[in-house]
Amino acid sequence: MSARRLAKDQPKSFAFSKATMKTAEWWIAKYPEGRQQSAVIPILWLVQKQEGWVSEPAMAAIAELLSMPKIRVLEVATFYTMFMLEPVGTSALIQVCGTTPCMLRGSGELMKVCEKRIGPKDKLSADGRFTWQEVECLGACANAPMAQINDYYFEDLTAADMEKIIDDFAAGKSPKPGPRVKRQTSAPEGEPTSLTDAKLYDGSAAKPIKSLPNAAPKAKKKKEPA
Amino acid sequence: MSMVGILQDKDRIFTNLYGFHDWGLEGAKTRGCWNGTRDMLDQGGPWIIDQMKNSGLRGRGGAGFPTGLKWSFMPKEVRSDRPHYLVVNADESEPGTCKDREIMRHDPHLLIEGCLIASFAMQAHACYIYLRGEYVLERERMEAAVKQAYEARLIGKNNVHGWDFDVYIHHGAGAYICGEETALLESLEGKKGQPRLKPPFPAGAGLYGCPTTVNNVESIAVAGTILRRGAEWFAGFGRPNNTGTKLMSLAGHVNRPCVVEEAMSIPLRQLIEDHGGGVRGGWSNLKAIIPGGASCPVITREQAETVLMDFDSMREMRSSLGTAGAIVMDESTDIVKAIARISYFFKHESCGQCTPCREGTGWMWRVLERMAVGNAEPSEIDLLLDVAGQVEGHTICALGDAAAWPVQGLIRHFRHEIEDRINEYRSRKGSFQGHAVAAE
Repeated sequence: MSARRLAKDQPKSFAFSKATMKTAEWWIAKYPEGRQQSAVIPILWLVQKQEGWVSEPAMAAIAELLSMPKIRVLEVATFYTMFMLEPVGTSALIQVCGTTPCMLRGSGELMKVCEKRIGPKDKLSADGRFTWQEVECLGACANAPMAQINDYYFEDLTAADMEKIIDDFAAGKSPKPGPRVKRQTSAPEGEPTSLTDAKLYDGSAAKPIKSLPNAAPKAKKKKEPA
Repeated sequence: MSMVGILQDKDRIFTNLYGFHDWGLEGAKTRGCWNGTRDMLDQGGPWIIDQMKNSGLRGRGGAGFPTGLKWSFMPKEVRSDRPHYLVVNADESEPGTCKDREIMRHDPHLLIEGCLIASFAMQAHACYIYLRGEYVLERERMEAAVKQAYEARLIGKNNVHGWDFDVYIHHGAGAYICGEETALLESLEGKKGQPRLKPPFPAGAGLYGCPTTVNNVESIAVAGTILRRGAEWFAGFGRPNNTGTKLMSLAGHVNRPCVVEEAMSIPLRQLIEDHGGGVRGGWSNLKAIIPGGASCPVITREQAETVLMDFDSMREMRSSLGTAGAIVMDESTDIVKAIARISYFFKHESCGQCTPCREGTGWMWRVLERMAVGNAEPSEIDLLLDVAGQVEGHTICALGDAAAWPVQGLIRHFRHEIEDRINEYRSRKGSFQGHAVAAE
């Protein structure tokens, strides 16, 4: 378990922006009537996108919007580790994966760079522009080591790459996510070992199928599932 | 290019695995997706379930439960107040596993088509796909693909397939436990992700108390192609009881880490050498492999020589195929530290509901961290093994088991390394310090 608590300093109030409210309503509509509580995680996320973090007044506002007890929103916000319970860097929130597959390929080096450039982990940098964290497996193990920065994955990183990425964010640029070595997504580097047959892509697979394998002979008319 | 691996391109299901081609509807159709889907539905739900059973497909999320059989557990009658649901588990979070991500960002239509087929077979008119919160790009891609499918009337009300059907994308916010199916349902209902006691199983009372089936992304995304090409085609790959093709991934100390679709039962060594460019420093430099995600007990180089990437072969090695996401470790690896980091992961991700897991995961991690530097008693190795055994099987969900297995695997194969480290630490200290501090 990770023990997470609300920040001591909380703003006095919170208001949904128009855009946030519109998207929140779109989320609520995804669930059956009376089940609007299902939207709590997506809406907490929207609020975090709006404010940079999730404050106590924001949780209260979400509770009211979804007609659920405030304590239930608080439970969710403290349970799920993607919710930032205090302000984070305005330029970049760098989340370095530290779990074993990334550790084996040098995530420790990436974290050293972050510590040197930004300061101790989980603490807002002095200028308020950067925060870095060590997080658990981000599910991109074939592109290790990697980090999620703001929303997207930066993969196959070296310490030098991390330096450069921090430089770019510091300079107000938006560095490109994805692998930092010459490879396409999770394909092996260098010569491909699969998916080179041109026939897969020439449209032959789209030709109508005369009859499905194992289909019952008289299957012309629509049947309801029994 | 010379032939590598076992599976040929013509038999691959995920033909846009790396995103070299159009992920959108037009591209997907060119590659055969949505071809003959209406004909499949016209054969009826029981036919679809039979075909899935005959294909031998076993769940691709790690547990390997037969997919067709799972679908058959849903009630045959739909009560008007209890609609059926399909929920797709896209909460891919187990260290080493990174395959569903490739389906969602590069072949999303195969997943949507599979959702329609599976939902129809189980008489569900609605499906929720639960993505882990960190997969932002994958979620944006899925939303875009779902929109395309609605616009082309492939899904939605009065669609061309004759089965009213809605797909909704949902997401979590960073909790590995939500990959456990009942925790996922709790989370989808807007609560903390704490697993439910079973029974009742989701097929009886799942999402909102209604009959629900939870399937892994890959299990659902292969359904369309299985029906298009025939159950026998799929069953023709791999050994009996271990059939089909499967997304596999190689992480850690291989020369070319990758995700690749291969035939089940491919020798692990061949997978590594053909697709991963071999172990860094050569096969003889291999120390150990975690074959299928962090919860699977580690296997040694000797075992890796002969083991096949399938459920039964891995079980014979006292490990598990899991999701076929292998973590390869060469001789430079500090194996105690590597497993300690996995223990930290499980400690971090325990939901805190059951005492053996909440307390046990942290205890095991703290002891392993001390063992990694040698600061432990030799007798603590057996104590650790005993505690792992006390956590295993004594919790509501399998996270307790998942936390215990890597520790058991470590001690089974690398006990001597822990002992050496303890001896080294003591000789360095010069004098024996008395009983080591107990973990809190």
